[in-house]
Amino acid sequence: MSREFEAEARAWLAENAPADLVGTRAASEGAGVWGGSRWTFGSDAEKVWLERMAAKGWTAPAWPVEYGGGGLDVEDVETLDRLLRELQMPPPLVGFGLTMLGPTLLRFGNEQQKQTHLPRVCRGVVRWCQGYSEPDAGSDLASLQMKAVRDGDDFVVSGTKVWTSYADQSDWIFVLVRTSSEGRKQEGITFLLVDMSSPGVSVSPIRLISGKSPFCETHFDEVRVPVQNVVHEIGKGWTVAKALLEHERSMIADTFVVGDSRGEEGVEGDSLAQLATAHVGVREGRLVDGALRDEIALNEMQHRAFELTVQRGERAAKDGTAPGSMSSMYKVYGTELNQRRCDLAARILGPSAIGWEASGFSEAGVQVGRDWLRSRGNTIEGGTSEVQLNVIARQILELPS
Amino acid sequence: MNMSLSEDEQFLAATALEFVSARSPVSRFRSVRDERAVGTAGRETYGEMAELGWTGILIPEEFGGAGLGYGELIVLMEAIGRNLVPEPILGSVAMGGVAITSGDNVQLKNHWLSDIAEGRAVVAFAHHESGTRYDTQAISAKAERAGDGFVLRGKKTTVLDVVGADAVVVPAVFEVAESRADDLGLFLVELSDDGVSACSQELMDGRNAGIVELDGLSVARSRLLNSDLAGRPILQHVMASATVALAAEMLGGMSAAFDLVLEHLRNREQFGVPIGSFQALQHRAARVYMDVELARSTVLGAARAIDSSHSESASYVSLAKAMCSDAYLHVATEGVQMFAGVGMTDEYDIGLYLKRARVAEFMFGDAAFHRDRWAAQYGY
Repeated sequence: MSREFEAEARAWLAENAPADLVGTRAASEGAGVWGGSRWTFGSDAEKVWLERMAAKGWTAPAWPVEYGGGGLDVEDVETLDRLLRELQMPPPLVGFGLTMLGPTLLRFGNEQQKQTHLPRVCRGVVRWCQGYSEPDAGSDLASLQMKAVRDGDDFVVSGTKVWTSYADQSDWIFVLVRTSSEGRKQEGITFLLVDMSSPGVSVSPIRLISGKSPFCETHFDEVRVPVQNVVHEIGKGWTVAKALLEHERSMIADTFVVGDSRGEEGVEGDSLAQLATAHVGVREGRLVDGALRDEIALNEMQHRAFELTVQRGERAAKDGTAPGSMSSMYKVYGTELNQRRCDLAARILGPSAIGWEASGFSEAGVQVGRDWLRSRGNTIEGGTSEVQLNVIARQILELPS
Repeated sequence: MNMSLSEDEQFLAATALEFVSARSPVSRFRSVRDERAVGTAGRETYGEMAELGWTGILIPEEFGGAGLGYGELIVLMEAIGRNLVPEPILGSVAMGGVAITSGDNVQLKNHWLSDIAEGRAVVAFAHHESGTRYDTQAISAKAERAGDGFVLRGKKTTVLDVVGADAVVVPAVFEVAESRADDLGLFLVELSDDGVSACSQELMDGRNAGIVELDGLSVARSRLLNSDLAGRPILQHVMASATVALAAEMLGGMSAAFDLVLEHLRNREQFGVPIGSFQALQHRAARVYMDVELARSTVLGAARAIDSSHSESASYVSLAKAMCSDAYLHVATEGVQMFAGVGMTDEYDIGLYLKRARVAEFMFGDAAFHRDRWAAQYGY
């Protein structure tokens, strides 16, 4: 089965993968085709690649065919991914519709919601963003206050969501709203799909300490949303939210295991060791700074150990022997590891990493400085490390509360 | 790399755990230590382990072993590490036996390997000389040609599991050699030979180690493991084997120590609540948990790398030893702190794990040594 699929997929890719894109796969924040009504393709090849893959169902290869997916089993999905990596082809489409909304609708959505939204995600015509955090609800997410008041067949939604990545370029947003203030705070929460072109929705960008960012604040001023846009049940949104958060944590951790533990980004694809060789110096084949060598080796080793752990976790998940909440461990460890890597890169460059713009500094040096600043957010976004450690302590280690 | 245990490996792990729980709980190690009976007690238990196939795990079938690999050895060593089992599996199975197997002396193989596999013989390996820190290739012991044989002179220290052993494999350099390509012999020395003196060393962790001195010992050429005189690759292989085995033992030790800590956090009450409800301790426990999980992956990774002759297997071995050294010490030091007062008493087991963590850390290279070796392998 798998063999057959591999041969077939290989042949199809040879025929259909635009030559201009072969070898152009990159992994950095914001790279890739995100789609949506505001999207401008970087090239015709990108557009063709998306259209062909979407027609084949391979923008979401694991999803059922009836919703625009490829209907492939886990093994074939892995095979396809491997073939794309071999060709160094960029994914035809990325974004939160594929990684977050889709899996959530497949699990919790009703038939009509799946039929309406999933095919449009697969074709890249609708771009989604996430509305979870609020100015007064960060780590304590369940205390969120954005109101949704029932009025006939609509909810009337008012309030503000923060950290809504790419909200300024998105068509739809999935939000957590408060439909009741009675009972436990988790109980009055509802998961709602909102068309961002509805009257009353406005977006303003957030500037981070590292400069430009994808983050926005999204304001809702008496926005009317049909009740049929509730996913799962009214007042049961917390269940949906938690499942989605696990996807998000794994996804964030995953972004730090792409590539191998040596030769990962750094500057222009350089590993920390290459960076240090160039900037600190070598004598008789060894870095002159022994303390730095030790730190680089530690970081590389932790990276390799982390990759092995993610692989082991995936295996265990397949066998059904994985403890729950592994995603919390991946999130803490992966993000802290990346912070240490960014910090090391900055220290290797030293005075070359203090520039804000390339005014006498190299672009690469400026980027290392900004990456370091940006990395401080890794242990905050998607649930702080402290919240993840709580989850590990309570749910995996079963320590008393 | 297959990052899960096969059914056979899982079965062996379960059997091993069952055996050490029934036949060698930590209290047994404690009494062996207190009676200073390390190396002399327990041949009976060793025989039972041999019957389960543990001692022959790495020995080829043609010499009476099971011909298995490191995937099997690590699950065994993990069980041993959990209960601080004092039997000489590390010294004889992962080191002495591997040395004999790796050589080309068929006569010695026929003589010793089936005895090792059946638990009738224990063969240690003299990997260390005083003052050489972690450089096992820095060898002062000399082998001088004399007629058809050799005369051996030198002193080996911290020879693991040598007390109660029948023989020890001793690396010695040939005085006339011109390069490292053919300058090292691995000799099988029987502890009953004239000209060999062995005495025990007391280690912090109460485990089995000793000094072996060779004062002009005459040995026949038939005692040489490697006829080509190029002993260094074999020595390197034995050290890789020993290092993975020890890392797996450390994984077992840290897992058991962490279980003790978690139980304590759930049960010990202060200020009217279990101390495990304090967030300060919960977060530290969660960090220890992550270290143990990562260490577990590196041990399996190293075993898979050796078993598949992976081109970077030396790096994987260093990875396992470095991560396990740091993690075991982390678990044990946090453990003593969380047990607090009683953690400092000899009565509680957490201190036994702390001592084993330290000794194992300084055996076959500490974390910093292996990080440096990793860096060298990748060219910086």
